[in-house]
Amino acid sequence: MGKLILEVDKVTLTFKGIAALVSVSFNIPAGKIVSLIGPNGAGKTSMLNCISGRYTPDRGSIRFLGENILHLPPYKRARLGIARTFQNIALFKGLSVLDNLMVGRHSHLQYGLFSSFFYFGKTKREEETHRLRVEEIIDFLNLSPYRHKIVGSLPYGVQKRVELGRALALEPKLLLLDEPMAGMNLEETEDMARYILDINEDWKTSILLVEHDMGVVMDISDEVVVLDFGQVLATGTPEEIQKNPQVIAAYLGQEDSLFLGR
Amino acid sequence: MKADKCGLFFESYGQENQIFPSPVQKTCLGAFLLFLLIVPFILDSYYLSLFNLIFIAVIGAVSLNLITGICGQISLGHGAFMGVGAYATGYFMNLGINFFEALLLGGLVASLVGIVFGLPSLRLKGIYLAIATLAAQLILEYVFLHWDSVTGGSNGLALDAPAIFNFYFDNDLKMFYLLFFFALISTLAISNLMRSKYGRAFVSIRDFYLSAEVIGINLFQYKLYAFGISSFFAGIAGGLAAVYAMYITPEQFGIHLSISYLAMIIIGGMGKIIGSVFGAVFITLLPEFLSIVSQHLSAFFPDISTYLLGLKEGIFGLILILFLIFEPEGLAHRWHLIKAYFKLYPFAH
Ligand SMILES: Nc1ncnc2c1ncn2[C@@H]1O[C@H](COP(=O)(O)OP(=O)(O)O)[C@@H](O)[C@H]1O
Ligand SMILES: [Mg+2]
Repeated sequence: MGKLILEVDKVTLTFKGIAALVSVSFNIPAGKIVSLIGPNGAGKTSMLNCISGRYTPDRGSIRFLGENILHLPPYKRARLGIARTFQNIALFKGLSVLDNLMVGRHSHLQYGLFSSFFYFGKTKREEETHRLRVEEIIDFLNLSPYRHKIVGSLPYGVQKRVELGRALALEPKLLLLDEPMAGMNLEETEDMARYILDINEDWKTSILLVEHDMGVVMDISDEVVVLDFGQVLATGTPEEIQKNPQVIAAYLGQEDSLFLGR
Repeated sequence: MKADKCGLFFESYGQENQIFPSPVQKTCLGAFLLFLLIVPFILDSYYLSLFNLIFIAVIGAVSLNLITGICGQISLGHGAFMGVGAYATGYFMNLGINFFEALLLGGLVASLVGIVFGLPSLRLKGIYLAIATLAAQLILEYVFLHWDSVTGGSNGLALDAPAIFNFYFDNDLKMFYLLFFFALISTLAISNLMRSKYGRAFVSIRDFYLSAEVIGINLFQYKLYAFGISSFFAGIAGGLAAVYAMYITPEQFGIHLSISYLAMIIIGGMGKIIGSVFGAVFITLLPEFLSIVSQHLSAFFPDISTYLLGLKEGIFGLILILFLIFEPEGLAHRWHLIKAYFKLYPFAH
């Protein structure tokens, strides 16, 4: 068994006495794709928020590369190499695609305030070097036609890709994706699945995927964690999960039970 | 190969990232700046003084646009931050420090005060922040009026004409070049900032602060940067206004000034540097325009000038409302449309 990039240990989170997460534990091995599934309201987004620093759990610990990160503010977790996308698009609407991705490079840019006023020397050189990295991502995600477009005006599917691009621009070690295929058609869904696999293979980025499309989840995940009412119902490989009687029982009669047929 | 070019192509990212990328833009801007350098010789001091007021307003409006239009942190205290710069510059000059250093110190003092009053922005948003900055405005006005030993209280503070190496800027013509210089470098500096990580960080805070912080932006640090930089330039504008008027009183930096500057960036275009310039020109010339209109009309209606000037504030408000309804993106947007039209003219390809 390889190194663990993320260790979630007995995390409990409550909102005004109502539990959203109850003693949730799971690990993400480095370089793997782990999916977090469960019905709406199961606590998946809350779990991502605990990892990225938006929410602070009441109890438990979250370790990233062995270090407890719970005391760190969100921006410091980003600098350690945790990036995420949001369930509902959360782009910087007034900026171009290019600039949205350049914001993703923020923590890699070293130049200071003073030289920015002159946009000279170090600032200019660094901007151009990092622009090259961003252009690679633009090519990879086929965003070239939209490079200079203001993101607020782009179609939904493209915005989803821009958001992925922005997270990638951070060069994360761990990428948290909150329903990246939601609202997409079949073709867009397949493209997105391809991107996720490529990111995982080419950049060795570990991925935590929250997704409702069970076909995709079962296809691309190395491991699946099932949440139900804030608790971990089961953990295992896609095959194990599909055969797990508890999971079948919990999903029976639900729309999500789609995956049982596959 | 050059002959094959059709439209604007870039051979490097550096080229593409320039503030004015196209040769046509460069030529137009160059011609405009040259015109500004020559024009003072053919203008009388009344028109020169209008230019001078516009230059000061440009610095004030660009700096307010930085914090409010670009970073999304509404400020009703901008006039008072300008006042801090004005009083600090005056105070340091009266201590015998030379104009240039006094002005920079004035900017720095305004910057510090801006950062202190920007602290609530870490917790407050929208209307609550507006009220907090309004409180800053009122507190600072109180300080201007009552800290007699520094500000001269209600008597105000008299200043010498600014001098650089014994060259005195003691008339409108000389001031024209001084103020033009500062307006130009302030606008360039902030335009440069806008294409750096700082500018992008400010916009990201305005557009979606939750994703700004998970992508690695320290909200605390960058909001304070925005307040600090904005009030630094506000302080410079205030300091320049002080040496231009050579006399400062608390009334000059009241809430009405903050509101005029907000009007400038609304009319010009929130978040657009060029918009702040348009807004500064518009709001500075508005009263002049009104008095010209009333002069002409008074030939037919003898009493009109008293009415029109009495209605000045009302007309000002009306214009603001009309802009909010009919041109909510400001003059910068209109400018953008006109430019887009001429870019394709006469052939659209
Ligand atoms: N900020 C919040 N305030 C109060 N309750 C919340 C908040 N965020 C999530 N919850 C609650 O936590 C539970 C889990 O929500 P969520 O994590 O969004 O589920 P999922 O992403 O699995 O659909 C829900 O009952 C939701 O109402
Ligand atoms: Mg969710």
